[in-house]
Amino acid sequence: MIDTGSYEGMIAERVTIAHPDGSWLPAYCARPLGAEQFPAVVLLHHRPGWDEYYREAARKLAQHGFIAVCPDLYHRFGQGDPDDVAAIVRGAGDVSDQSVIDDGKAAVAWLKNHPLSNGNVAVMGSCSGGRHALLVACNDDTVDAVVDLWGGRVVMAKDDLNDRYPIAPIDLTAQLNAPLLGLFGDRDTAPTPAEVDQHEQVLKATGKTYEFHRYPDAGHGFFYHDRPAMYHAESAVDGWQKVFAFLTRTLR
Amino acid sequence: MCTSISGQIPTAGSAKGSTGWFSLANITVGYDHPAHLHDNHAILLDFVNPSLGPSARVAVELTADSARALLAALNDTLAKGDAYESTLTG
Repeated sequence: MIDTGSYEGMIAERVTIAHPDGSWLPAYCARPLGAEQFPAVVLLHHRPGWDEYYREAARKLAQHGFIAVCPDLYHRFGQGDPDDVAAIVRGAGDVSDQSVIDDGKAAVAWLKNHPLSNGNVAVMGSCSGGRHALLVACNDDTVDAVVDLWGGRVVMAKDDLNDRYPIAPIDLTAQLNAPLLGLFGDRDTAPTPAEVDQHEQVLKATGKTYEFHRYPDAGHGFFYHDRPAMYHAESAVDGWQKVFAFLTRTLR
Repeated sequence: MCTSISGQIPTAGSAKGSTGWFSLANITVGYDHPAHLHDNHAILLDFVNPSLGPSARVAVELTADSARALLAALNDTLAKGDAYESTLTG
């Protein structure tokens, strides 16, 4: 919440995170300035890459009092214009789920140990990043909350599984130990409303804590103000409010 | 959505990018979110040479109708080219 009578500030910068494999993981970090300790969020970018939208999302989270770190999940494919790097990833057939899980866990650990973190860390992403957020949370017991924004291919046909995608995220639901927020557009084709229903049934059956919200007039990517064909303002405004309410409740 | 629909073909050819001409290694053909075209999905063509770095790339985003028209024009032009070549060798 903005208080016109109070000091505020933030720092946003590229950082490098020590990876368990001995390498360095590039990341964009935005955090509020101040002496208190803040809850934290790992942002997992979408298939278009480590782009400007995700830097804006990180700064928006910092504006609302969260330390946000967005690792470059494509850094092993090269550096340059995010759009060009994403094209290299497309040509290579995509980043593997295991690579994303490893990078996500490294970012979670970095935030858990950040001197200004209160130790509570969520993972959040949109599109492929929503799917990746689920994968990281299902493979890291230290994650405190998950936000899946219209993640596609949570439900996968057996024919779509391969070395890069060895298991469908929905089949890892039993391993999920953090509360989950999901936002979906009813006009989306991936995930379809039926796939969201299927995911919800499994969450119910396994006794998980979750809340799903559906937006009847929204399709895929309805937060993306930089993509006019996808953006749906009314749904985006309500969706961001739900994200902040959820993160505040689970992390503060 | 992020469809993950993409394929790549090895390519002999050249392309002119922001830093000039370069030799092509591959063309990636995808169907996913465009970066610039105002549509949910598009045919994405990337003429690339990864050994020269990510910037060795000429990117094209087409509507499905435009992609089909391009395909027809390519086939038509190739047929005419083949016919021309056969007159030289015949």
